[in-house]
Amino acid sequence: MRRLTAGLLALWLGLGPALAAIEVHQFKTPEEEQRYKHLIAELRCLVCQNQNLADSNADLARDLREQVYEMIQNGASDQDIVDYMVNRYGDFVLYRPPFKSTTAALWIGPFVILAVGVLVVAVYVRRRRREPPVVSDEAELDRARQLLNDDEKKPS
Amino acid sequence: MWRYLLPLGLFVGLVALLAVGLNLNPREVPSPFIGKPAPPFTLPRLHRPEATVSPADFRGQVWLLNVWASWCVSCRAEHPVLNALARRQEVILVGLNYKDQRNDALQWLAERGDPYTVVAVDAEGKAGIDWGVYGVPETFVVDKRGIIRLKHTGPVTRDVLRDEILPLIRKLKKEPA
Repeated sequence: MRRLTAGLLALWLGLGPALAAIEVHQFKTPEEEQRYKHLIAELRCLVCQNQNLADSNADLARDLREQVYEMIQNGASDQDIVDYMVNRYGDFVLYRPPFKSTTAALWIGPFVILAVGVLVVAVYVRRRRREPPVVSDEAELDRARQLLNDDEKKPS
Repeated sequence: MWRYLLPLGLFVGLVALLAVGLNLNPREVPSPFIGKPAPPFTLPRLHRPEATVSPADFRGQVWLLNVWASWCVSCRAEHPVLNALARRQEVILVGLNYKDQRNDALQWLAERGDPYTVVAVDAEGKAGIDWGVYGVPETFVVDKRGIIRLKHTGPVTRDVLRDEILPLIRKLKKEPA
């Protein structure tokens, strides 16, 4: 039963992309097919912005997949194809935007925030350590012990 | 004092950041075409398929390229604004009929009025890809030297026309060719 469920789940999970990319493409070599699959996974669909070209059903995504395929067939390099897309749609089309002045905050920002967080925690912990213990008085400690013992002797 | 002000300041900063992020329109992707030459195309005309139209035809003039289709719902909202623009006769309005059927497009213009100086037919959407079109309708403003100066994604509203497009056209018309 479990195996059947797992099988059905795998089938269902695999179905999404299969339904999206219904075009049939013939590649001359397995490398070309790999490049095609890699490129359409790395390029963003501009219509449904949280999907890549591979997953998207949008008309434009289909056209752009076709464009990628044709360019590969015509011997364009991966860089050529990425440049072609960036020239038309901007860095936005890339799921991995290049590092430059306009995207610096995007790349460094999370690490800056993490560093600030670590710093705040470090300062806080150090301060706590330097503070004297809450109870330093021996007499007070004795009283606390006595209270605890009393509690243990007569359970309510 | 700092102990309270600092977290408060950080919190206010975070809220401000998130508020700005929430109010950004993710549909407005900055176009890489601003300041670049208009991509060439040679396409058949909608009304006279035997003749062609190309951006080079409008050299020395300020013109608009409006990407539209009969299947595009937002284009309906935009159309009266374009008709109003055409009545002013201030600027050449070139239509790019994007991935459409000829008869549907002609019927659409017959029903709603034809604001276009000329309409280019991009049946396969190749010119659309070259112009970076991703959300019809889109409108480009091209200057006398054939440089794209503005791109508006989505329907042109009366406000956009009055506040952005018309002032830019008037400014560009004064520039030397």
